[in-house]
Amino acid sequence: MLGRTTLDGLQKLGRANLFLLHALTGLPDILWRLWVLWAQVYSVGVLSILIVVVSGLFVGMVLGLQGHYVLSDFGAEQTLGVMVAASLVRELGPVVTALLFAGRAGSALTAEIGLMKATEQLSGMEMMAVDPVRRIIAPRLFAGIVSMPLLACLFSMIGVLGGYFVGVGLLGVDDGAFWSQMRARIDFYDDILNGVIKSLVFGVVVTWIAVFEGYDSIPTSEGVSRATTRSVVYSAFAVLGWDFVLTALMFGED
Amino acid sequence: MQQTRVIEIWVGLFVAIGMIALFFLAMQVSNLSDLKIDDKSYKITAHFENAGSLKVKAPVSMAGVRIGRVSAIQFDKDAYEAIVEMRIDPAYDTLPIDTTANVLTAGLLGEQYVGLSPGGSEEYLKDGDEIELTQSAMVLEEVISRFLFNKAEGGGEKSQGDAEGEESDEADKR
Repeated sequence: MLGRTTLDGLQKLGRANLFLLHALTGLPDILWRLWVLWAQVYSVGVLSILIVVVSGLFVGMVLGLQGHYVLSDFGAEQTLGVMVAASLVRELGPVVTALLFAGRAGSALTAEIGLMKATEQLSGMEMMAVDPVRRIIAPRLFAGIVSMPLLACLFSMIGVLGGYFVGVGLLGVDDGAFWSQMRARIDFYDDILNGVIKSLVFGVVVTWIAVFEGYDSIPTSEGVSRATTRSVVYSAFAVLGWDFVLTALMFGED
Repeated sequence: MQQTRVIEIWVGLFVAIGMIALFFLAMQVSNLSDLKIDDKSYKITAHFENAGSLKVKAPVSMAGVRIGRVSAIQFDKDAYEAIVEMRIDPAYDTLPIDTTANVLTAGLLGEQYVGLSPGGSEEYLKDGDEIELTQSAMVLEEVISRFLFNKAEGGGEKSQGDAEGEESDEADKR
């Protein structure tokens, strides 16, 4: 029983990796017909803007409040900008955006592809000698990879502005010190570009899990609903796990 | 076709917003951009023996009110001193010419800023003037070493100032 579970797990892992490679071979097709990609960027990225902006604003505002609470004990309110910006661009921006993205876009992708499978649209395509992985999966995968970094940058920006609004606007931290300390401490390459790389990795991971779970789902209504749940749960695990690995790689030395 | 157009516009907008966000992070949040100086402000400079950890854009304040910002900190290789260039808000154009500049620290761990104390002169500082009277930043190690030195020296004879002697006595009791 245990052996079978392990073998099943390994088989699924192997299938997922082969599936990713298969989907990546669809890249030339997409470059040839960019319209397909834009349609997916719209449904995956554009429709996620609202949730990312609202969440980013509140996360930034909470960081401003909590940071001020702790820092004011040490008379170091002016480093609030550093705290808000560093936690956003390094960690919270990519991670929270990826979690929101998994919930907002990943689950939709899984359900969409799972339903396509349940209604035999995918096998219909195969019958017409159209490769559904290249035709259906690849554009969604690349749309997720394109959208995630943009959404994460948006999240970080809105978060910093939210922290600024609370810190400077409501709690009276000095305006110039907020930005000057932030600029003095946040490095473009070490902090911001590494955050963008993180969000790119999360984009690959989350979208990959979402499309694979959809494609691999049992083609019944129950199977699709389970696949959707798994997609969000696995994405959350994968994002947090990868975040630890990436943080250790990027920021571990300093 | 209309549908196509709308989606493409939205995607274009999305990509543009994402790029703006990255640009904002690069320029406003990180150290990639340089200081932008208000054109109307006027510039004064001061030499400090030691500028401590003073940073560009740190506040310049008088009587606790911020009246300007530090716009540049350079090293004077002839005098071996720091040259601090400050931009003062044009509304405060009546700083006496014998104003004193100190590098002070906000709170125990706070950032350093330039504190100006007014003198008594009738003449006012103009754009490009230099503040002659300065007091450099307090460096903790120097203060501690001076204190320990005084304590060691003043162990038998209290020659080095009563206030410091009393402090060392208090320290002994702890």
